[in-house]
Amino acid sequence: MAKFGLSQPLRRIEDPRLLKGGGRYTDDIALPGAAHGHVLRSPHAAARIRSVDTAAALRVPGVLAVITAKEWREEGLGEIPCIIPLKNRDGSERASTPRGALAEDRVRHVGDPVAFIVAETPKAAKDAAEAVVVDYEVLPSVTDLDAAHRPGAPPVWDHVPNNIAFDWEAGDRAKADALFAQAAHVTRLTVVNNRVVVASMEVRAAAAEYDAGEGKFTLYAGTQGSWLVKNLLAESVFRLPPEKFRVVTPDVGGGFGMKLYLYAEYALVCMAARRLGRPVKWTSERTEAFLSDTHGRDNITLGELALDKDGKFLALRTRNYANMGAYLSTFAPFIPTGAGTKVLASVYDFQAIHAHVLGVLTNTVPVDAYRGAGRPESNYLVERLIDTAARELGMDRIELRRRNMVPRSAMPYVTAIGQRYDSGDFAAVLDAALRKADWAGFPARRAESARRGRRRGIGLAYYLEATGGSPTERAEIRFAPDGMVEVLVGTQSTGQGHETAYAMLTSHELGIPIDRIRVVQGDSDVIPTGGGTGGARSLYSEGQAILATTATVIEKGKQAASEHLEAAVADIEFTPQGGRFSVVGTDRGVGILDLARIQRERAAKGEPATLLDAAEVAEIRAHTFPNGCHIAEVEVDPDTGLVGIARYIVVDDVGHAINPLIVRGQVHGGVAQGIGQAVHERTAYDPESGQLLSASFMDYALPRAEDLPDIEVELIEVPCETNPLGVKGAGEAGAVGSPPAVMNALVDALSDDGVRHLDMPATPEAVWKAIHGAKAA
Amino acid sequence: MYDFAYHKPGSVADAVKLLTADPEARPISGGQTLLPALKHRLNRPTALVDLSGIAELKGIRKEGDTLTIGALARHVDVAESAEVTSAIPALARMAANIGDIQVRNRGTIGGSVANNDPAADYPAAVLGLGATIVTDRRRIAADDFFQGMFTTALEPGELLVAIEFPIPEKAGYAKMRNPASRYVMTGAFVARLRSGEVRVAINGAGPCVFRQAEMEKALSANWSPEAVANIRQSPEGLNSDIHGSAEYRAHLVTVMAKRAVAEAG
Repeated sequence: MAKFGLSQPLRRIEDPRLLKGGGRYTDDIALPGAAHGHVLRSPHAAARIRSVDTAAALRVPGVLAVITAKEWREEGLGEIPCIIPLKNRDGSERASTPRGALAEDRVRHVGDPVAFIVAETPKAAKDAAEAVVVDYEVLPSVTDLDAAHRPGAPPVWDHVPNNIAFDWEAGDRAKADALFAQAAHVTRLTVVNNRVVVASMEVRAAAAEYDAGEGKFTLYAGTQGSWLVKNLLAESVFRLPPEKFRVVTPDVGGGFGMKLYLYAEYALVCMAARRLGRPVKWTSERTEAFLSDTHGRDNITLGELALDKDGKFLALRTRNYANMGAYLSTFAPFIPTGAGTKVLASVYDFQAIHAHVLGVLTNTVPVDAYRGAGRPESNYLVERLIDTAARELGMDRIELRRRNMVPRSAMPYVTAIGQRYDSGDFAAVLDAALRKADWAGFPARRAESARRGRRRGIGLAYYLEATGGSPTERAEIRFAPDGMVEVLVGTQSTGQGHETAYAMLTSHELGIPIDRIRVVQGDSDVIPTGGGTGGARSLYSEGQAILATTATVIEKGKQAASEHLEAAVADIEFTPQGGRFSVVGTDRGVGILDLARIQRERAAKGEPATLLDAAEVAEIRAHTFPNGCHIAEVEVDPDTGLVGIARYIVVDDVGHAINPLIVRGQVHGGVAQGIGQAVHERTAYDPESGQLLSASFMDYALPRAEDLPDIEVELIEVPCETNPLGVKGAGEAGAVGSPPAVMNALVDALSDDGVRHLDMPATPEAVWKAIHGAKAA
Repeated sequence: MYDFAYHKPGSVADAVKLLTADPEARPISGGQTLLPALKHRLNRPTALVDLSGIAELKGIRKEGDTLTIGALARHVDVAESAEVTSAIPALARMAANIGDIQVRNRGTIGGSVANNDPAADYPAAVLGLGATIVTDRRRIAADDFFQGMFTTALEPGELLVAIEFPIPEKAGYAKMRNPASRYVMTGAFVARLRSGEVRVAINGAGPCVFRQAEMEKALSANWSPEAVANIRQSPEGLNSDIHGSAEYRAHLVTVMAKRAVAEAG
């Protein structure tokens, strides 16, 4: 369905507010009389808690409460849960790692919460935290993924042998094995997908108040959807009806998956507010964020690619060890399994795929979804495998991809792992990217770099994403008394530009000027349900709900207009351009805003009226499969190992781009994060003590503006066939395609040095060692 | 941050009096090292003696063959000073590349040199140029001043007042930044003084800035990048962390020295 009027690069309407300091974040919320919470965290990676003595802390002036696991248990509170059930290969259930908000007898990672201190001021709470005496018996710990599943590794949980929380598979093992047996060539590669710290610009924060009369909690927190947090608080922690909780998400400064969850601190501020009978707030510090926000990625994966004598892919086998951290986080087991493996075929034709995933517990911060959540890891493996296979076979890496791509004519296409792709023109996107990047002209650029003593490499990655999340989404449209049209949504912007996109869509459907539209999100008392934002689902899910709702508004409007204009409903037509209901064949009509006002005024006077307000829930039936081609050119300083990104080209098919400016911005951000993962971001634990060595920006390297090139983005729109907007999720895509593009370029740059593979992050020392080591070998 | 008393003396004598009377008091100028430490509760001084109101600690002046920089000169002051730019351009360039804009607008040369962070920039210039540290009570040669990680010849209560740099014939500085903090991972400051003396100071690589004698000798004979290209620094005793092993830092010593000589011309 063509949508005229959309597709404009409209500047984001929320930006003046957010950029000029007008945003209102959780920490900006000042509840009258609020006390301040501070979390005392474990300094040890693994220890038994022999005792916790809070007497001295309670004597610190200004201290109101010192809450430990004992108080948590006394109040009968439950778990911070993992909500993903998973069956092992042998049919048994995955291991469970139960936890309350505070560690009781064991701490399992540095940063594990042990006590929650509430005081009149943040300073008093900190002073008191220093006075809490915890008697720890330090135990051996294991933080390294590769070490944790080996026999003899220290157990993170006594009931989990070899620290393997689950042992899962998907695909057709027998068929894959048979194809490997007849393969002309097999390429094997083990890749590390490095652990990353999410590092949202806004740290997490929470504030809660409790209404004793109503028995109702109100929690303010920076989430990616208030309803998940609300439901988990109600069902899993307090075991109260959901209506006893109101969760309000104000402006959020970055989530990337990490802010989806119910965190211990959110439950603790609620608990403390009820105990103390006054509001309680908590705001993370930056190092605390490194130690308590879920981390991302952390996989070691063996990939095997079987090819026939013509370079045609036969089968793919993977064996993936995925670090889960010390506890299974809310969605964690789903990330490397269901989420990650569904895109293993990427854009290529395989006869069989088999994926084997082992979830490994370690004494580290729990790992969960991070921009792409499993799908970047799969794409990285596949694209590195293909480059490696091409080199082993002496084949051109583009030709090898081209030979195996699913053609547009094959759509809809069901992959060897069972996903149904509705649309895609991979060859056209590839060709456009090669042209845009002047792939053919690369040798001259390489020679120019060489004259300056630099090694230049070019790399390509074709990625495919599967976006989606909650299977329904709701929208509501209200014609408010102040003349504004409110669009209430169940998704949650953490900075993506939802307000603009939804306003554009609503404006387009109803002909209401954008400046008369107000997007409302995040308050679970105002909006009854919502799927939140994650998995790049927002526009295509919420968009469908908005379309359904605007259709209902128009139907109601026709009824109202027929009464107002004294004509039959069948004779009323609605013209979105201008937003006008009119009687067919006449010049009699009424604008939608006027009509809504008239009906509202009639209703206020007790007269019969047909209000135009409407709410609908849309069922989201299919994933979308955005895909595209990233081409990176890197320049390496062989003396220092420093990697510079010289050029960066993206050609994306995200279906219909409602606002191409926002799409480009999303791609830019994702590429920046992917470049960060590839060459900057190293999360390092001390193997002996289990301390997080990169626990601040002094030691954790995020990419800076000077590290990033101009990122050129071109959009080729192949409309999605499974939603009426034709859109595909664009939010995660940049972070999916960039790590393999950069690493393929880097390996290309160092190919003359004999480097066959390099793991992320390719820090200066790692690159220097690769050059140096390969030469020595 | 813990509570502390706050003093703002108007003279060096008053500051020294305050610092001598209370061994747990700490002087503060730009606060770029001390304030983060206080915020993280890593340091618990009884009092802060704010030096920012002391006129004697300010100013940059050139007299004959010497450039004198007051302790309170901020990095941005040094970077933009016409005197520094004309007399020792390598020093101005160094200052212009310390930290970020916020750091350069607050941090001071006196604070940096007195702190002697192994990953700081200025100690390399002070040692590489053979500068003289002027305190409230004496003059200390750079070779005697830097004694170890965060350790200098300053006595308790002794205040760094100014630094006198000999104006060299040529000087250059190159550094490899820590990828995360952007502090110096390994840097080299090279200088040929008007006396003919050649000095090479290495910062970031070891626990304390140090002179590289072999390179000094080679450059004395032949002032060119090639002269140091094959001199290998021993990794023994060098720093090693998640960003760079001692071996990598040792390698970078040669690379940075080469680049510093090339920059000096």
